Amino acid sequence: METIIFYILAAIIILFAVASVTSRKILRAVIYLLFVLIGIAGLYFLVDYNFLAAIQLTVYGGGIIVLFIFAVLLIHHVELELEKTALKKKLIAGALSAAGLAVTLWAISTYPFPETTATYTSIEVADIGRKLLSYEDGGFILPFEVISVLLVAVMIGAIVVAKGKKLSEDRSPKTEDGSEKLIENN
Amino acid sequence: MIAGISIYEILTLTSILFFIGIYGFFTRENLITVLMSVELILNASAVNFVLINTYLYPDLLQGAVFSIFIVALAAAETALAIAIIINLYKLIYSVEVKDTETMKY
Amino acid sequence: MDFSYTILIPLIPLALFLILGLFSKKIPASISGWLGSLGLGTSFALSLYTAYHYFMDGKLEGVYQTFIYKQTWLVFTDKLHIDLGVLIDPISVMMMVVVTTISFMVHLYSRGYMHGDDGYTRFFSYLALFSFSMLGLVLATNLFQMYIFWELVGASSFLLIGYYYTKPSAVAAAKKAFIVTRFADLGFLLGILLISYYTGTFDFQDLTSEEGLLIAGWGASASFMGLSVFTWGLILIYMGGVGKSAMLPFHIWLPDAMEGPTPVSALIHAATMVVAGVYLVARLFPAYYFVEDGFALQVVAYVGALSSLVAALIAVTQTDIKRVLAFSTMSQIGYMMLALGVSKYEGHEGLGYMASMFHLFTHAMFKALLFLGAGSVIHAVHSNYMKDMGGLRKYMPITHITFLIASLSIAGFPGFAGFFSKDEILVAAFESNKLIYFSSVFVAGLTAFYMFRLYFNIFWGEDRKYAHTPHESPLSMTIPLIFLAFMSIFAGYIPFSQFVTADLTPFTAHLDLPLAAIASSVGIIGIIIAFIFYKKPNDLPERFANAFGFIYKWIYNKLYFDELYIFVTKKILFGIVAFSASWFDKNVVDGSMIGIGNVTVSVSNKIKGMQSGKLQDYAMSFVGGIVVIAMVVFYIWIN
Repeated sequence: METIIFYILAAIIILFAVASVTSRKILRAVIYLLFVLIGIAGLYFLVDYNFLAAIQLTVYGGGIIVLFIFAVLLIHHVELELEKTALKKKLIAGALSAAGLAVTLWAISTYPFPETTATYTSIEVADIGRKLLSYEDGGFILPFEVISVLLVAVMIGAIVVAKGKKLSEDRSPKTEDGSEKLIENN
Repeated sequence: MIAGISIYEILTLTSILFFIGIYGFFTRENLITVLMSVELILNASAVNFVLINTYLYPDLLQGAVFSIFIVALAAAETALAIAIIINLYKLIYSVEVKDTETMKY
Repeated sequence: MDFSYTILIPLIPLALFLILGLFSKKIPASISGWLGSLGLGTSFALSLYTAYHYFMDGKLEGVYQTFIYKQTWLVFTDKLHIDLGVLIDPISVMMMVVVTTISFMVHLYSRGYMHGDDGYTRFFSYLALFSFSMLGLVLATNLFQMYIFWELVGASSFLLIGYYYTKPSAVAAAKKAFIVTRFADLGFLLGILLISYYTGTFDFQDLTSEEGLLIAGWGASASFMGLSVFTWGLILIYMGGVGKSAMLPFHIWLPDAMEGPTPVSALIHAATMVVAGVYLVARLFPAYYFVEDGFALQVVAYVGALSSLVAALIAVTQTDIKRVLAFSTMSQIGYMMLALGVSKYEGHEGLGYMASMFHLFTHAMFKALLFLGAGSVIHAVHSNYMKDMGGLRKYMPITHITFLIASLSIAGFPGFAGFFSKDEILVAAFESNKLIYFSSVFVAGLTAFYMFRLYFNIFWGEDRKYAHTPHESPLSMTIPLIFLAFMSIFAGYIPFSQFVTADLTPFTAHLDLPLAAIASSVGIIGIIIAFIFYKKPNDLPERFANAFGFIYKWIYNKLYFDELYIFVTKKILFGIVAFSASWFDKNVVDGSMIGIGNVTVSVSNKIKGMQSGKLQDYAMSFVGGIVVIAMVVFYIWIN
């Protein structure tokens, strides 16, 4: 049963991932990405890591995807079609990715993963919480704090950056001059 | 542990996902879609962390904790990146990759 | 005795140069002329006082003493250091008098001659600079100080020749003078380095003392091509003198230098700067005389004699009066050189040395007078060419008389200054080298001939059509003429052998009557021939010129020396050496560099697409690299 579910999830993930990176309608691409993320959440459910699955659904499905959609709506029309990528570029990128994949798979298939005797049940939220706040050996209190500081910094940064300057008066379309401005602002 | 599924199959799946992300990163012409490809890559690695933890070291929690960190980082990164993209759009009215080549100089 | 005040003599012109040069725009012409004349007048008076003081009291047991006041400047080793200071001995005092006298006269004269010129103040500042450098040269205590002022003299000569800097010919002449003398000075510098390297000193006292390494040690010195290095050093130093004194083969700049204002020609190219070479040899005379038994001195003698002959021949054919005088100067300096060259060292044997200095002195007077007179004539008729002159004696009596006196003096007419000094030279030559003696006598005749050719052409003959009636020059110009005319007669009666001798010991020179008679009769014959040819207009000169045909043409074109130099520089240096050098430079040296550059450019053109600035391209290279590295690592890991 789990095997079948896994394969279904794998198929969903791969199919929508491919769709997400090839679709020329940007909003659709975002939605395909959402499906991929949900599929991954499914994987987490499969290994009984419900906490992370929940996070995956809320943070990704609820937060990031909404952010993407807002960005797309701020910048593009919903119907906007992306520019076609040059075939040559696609071929090179494809070849490169395939080569990388081949190397990775080859490495995975030849690597003798150690057998484990311990049995796995599930990962509990309480364990995670203790682990995160533990300051003993193997505790994650320091990275946890660092991540929280980082999140604050990013939050402030994102506000400052996105606020930016007022739109220029003339709202002229992109020009060489525009790119000059970019340099100055950076 | 997923019954009937070995670590090889899972790693194969995440590798494929990873390289789809890479492919998207290379080919997409729009910064938002490039960012989406990055999400794919991040997710692939997060899954790797969790599954290697459950398959190889079931008595430990490191992989699980790290995947939480990854989610946090991904959220932060996305928020910041989108802020930058919107600002960029304000400046040059474009979020095309080909218009942002000031790295050349 | 204290002669330290003599330092003021060069310093006054230096101060004048700085004042006039720095404030040339602010100082009005009326003041600058007077200021210059006043300053040089002070120097003149001071040097006369010095001369009186020195020649009266400077003897110790019948030998003239040398006084040195110096400040150590650049120290190389304990012995080898460059000093700056003043050296007082008979020849430096004598030269100082000559320089300040002529310079003072020229200053006075220029006030009239340059009147109304735009660069009046600039002109006087240059004159002051020149006087300073020349006096510094004369008073130098060591070879290097002399070299420094030697170059300064060259530079100020350059400035003065190119004074009319809007005139292309003047600029070319200034450049030519500078380059030719500079080339010769290369020899001078090499000579200094050679001598100082082997003797370890620059100091004139050490170089000329008989115990010094230069004179006492030449026999043991290294040799090169059969000659002692000291001889080579002296010959190289003499090369500098050859350049400055316009001897063969570096004489080509002198005729062109006549492009400068005439007072400049009088000051620099007649009386002072051009005799610097003679002074240099005289200064180092003991070294020239003793090292290698006087081999270098032989060179001096023959170069002098040859130059004197060639210059006199060329002077006969020239039509530009200033050029005639320029070649005449060259010829007379050749005289001085040959006199030095044939001289011995001690007592009456050193007659040539004394005669050379004597002739330097008298020549300065009458040649300056000739130039200033010529300037007066040019001022009146506005032309340099004889064909534009004639019958001027009626219009310019003072110029006429003074010019006549100078001509008689240079021709060696008995009783005039030139007669005495030239006679001493001929005596010295006769006693030492007959070949040089006969050549000198011939030159004496030629001198008389071309000078009177000049004189008759200018002041006699037919009146020309003048744009406006020539008139006598103003008083400011005639007073120097009169003073110099006076000197041209009476300078000859100075008992020079009592003052200036090779070994600093006075002796009494006698007039050698038979030789004097020969010389003056040759001179008079020259005058008579000139009288026949040029007193009344006739076709004799033309027939004569035609009879000699190509020889005349050859000499008229200055023996094609300029053409020879142009051939050597253009055809050989530029055409062959420089051409092949530049081919090598362009194709091999530059070629390899340009090739490297081109390869770099084309390679970078090929690969610059990689630096597209596009994030994705960079990421692609990055991933590609990782894939390759991963492959390699796994391959190694598997095996």
